[in-house]
Amino acid sequence: MRPVRFNLNPKEAEISEAISMGKAPDGVPGDGFFATQLSSVVGLARKNSLWPLPFATSCCGIEFMATMASHYDLSRFGSERVGFSPRQCDLLMVMGTIAKKMAPVLRQVYLQMAEPRWVIAVGACASSGGIFDTYSVLQGIDQVIPVDVYVPGCPPRPEAIIDGFMKIQDLVGQESIRRRNSEKYRDLLNSYGIQ
Amino acid sequence: MALSNETIQNNLIEKFGDQVLNFSTASGILSFESSKEINLKVLQYLYEEPSLAFTFLTDLCGVNYPDNLGAELVVVYHLHNFSENIRLRYSVSTSINETAVFTASKLFESANWMERETYDFFGINFIGHPNLKRILNVDEMDYFPLRKEYPLEDQTRIDKDDEMFGRG
Repeated sequence: MRPVRFNLNPKEAEISEAISMGKAPDGVPGDGFFATQLSSVVGLARKNSLWPLPFATSCCGIEFMATMASHYDLSRFGSERVGFSPRQCDLLMVMGTIAKKMAPVLRQVYLQMAEPRWVIAVGACASSGGIFDTYSVLQGIDQVIPVDVYVPGCPPRPEAIIDGFMKIQDLVGQESIRRRNSEKYRDLLNSYGIQ
Repeated sequence: MALSNETIQNNLIEKFGDQVLNFSTASGILSFESSKEINLKVLQYLYEEPSLAFTFLTDLCGVNYPDNLGAELVVVYHLHNFSENIRLRYSVSTSINETAVFTASKLFESANWMERETYDFFGINFIGHPNLKRILNVDEMDYFPLRKEYPLEDQTRIDKDDEMFGRG
């Protein structure tokens, strides 16, 4: 802790309180080795270093700014690095109303992301069109791209966004490394006209 | 000499006789109508007559009155005289089956964008417009959404309780 002049009761910094360690997956520990499933290790690495791609179009994007800022601090979850290139990112965070005219743009951004990729729909508009039940607004982004986690709220508080993010982390951590090659996943993408 | 609503009205009646009609004043702004055939003549006269000099098109938009049979669609022009700071409302109406109206884009460059928008939402066919296609809505849209015959809500949506969303 840096010295503060007016700190009447200075507190010694305890580094172990500030850092949380990822939990090791189930496995067989031994002398100088640790045996476990490959997918657990890959999942552990992936879930704690997700690179989010914010696709913020309205007020939910403002909540996301608060989520990224120091008070709520999404980087505690290993997503320090917000990427603004879809080719480098793992997690597409769609926050805000998507007009029908924006839908092809969103779809193209999704297509530009490399596998494995995840999508979180933040807020009522991205999830279902929200209050904008009208001819010009896409009624939920799941009409054009597959979505992994929906966060309700109008707009959701940063806690809710973090909760959704942790749900994504659970999905990522438990995902089999073969899932993206499976028949079921191909059918899912085909149902959206992808590939 | 300050330009007043009465002077404008008398000037127009002197020029166009009974072809301009329904003069009224709302919020201090003079409004009048004419048949759609002479809309360019009226606009050009308002523009070029030195004592009127309405050289700025503030707004151009459409209105739909579904119960006004034979004149369901209205095109409204808002004009502004900068030197006298006087505004004017001028409208022409047209049938919903025959929506051709002459374009004002030769007279006012600003009409280009606004006529495309009016076409996009009301389907008014501006004769002579250089590029009359959709501008705000998606290109695939196959109807004119601000006409009253179409519901506001998105009709492709099936997961909502219709009673709660005004579709019951």
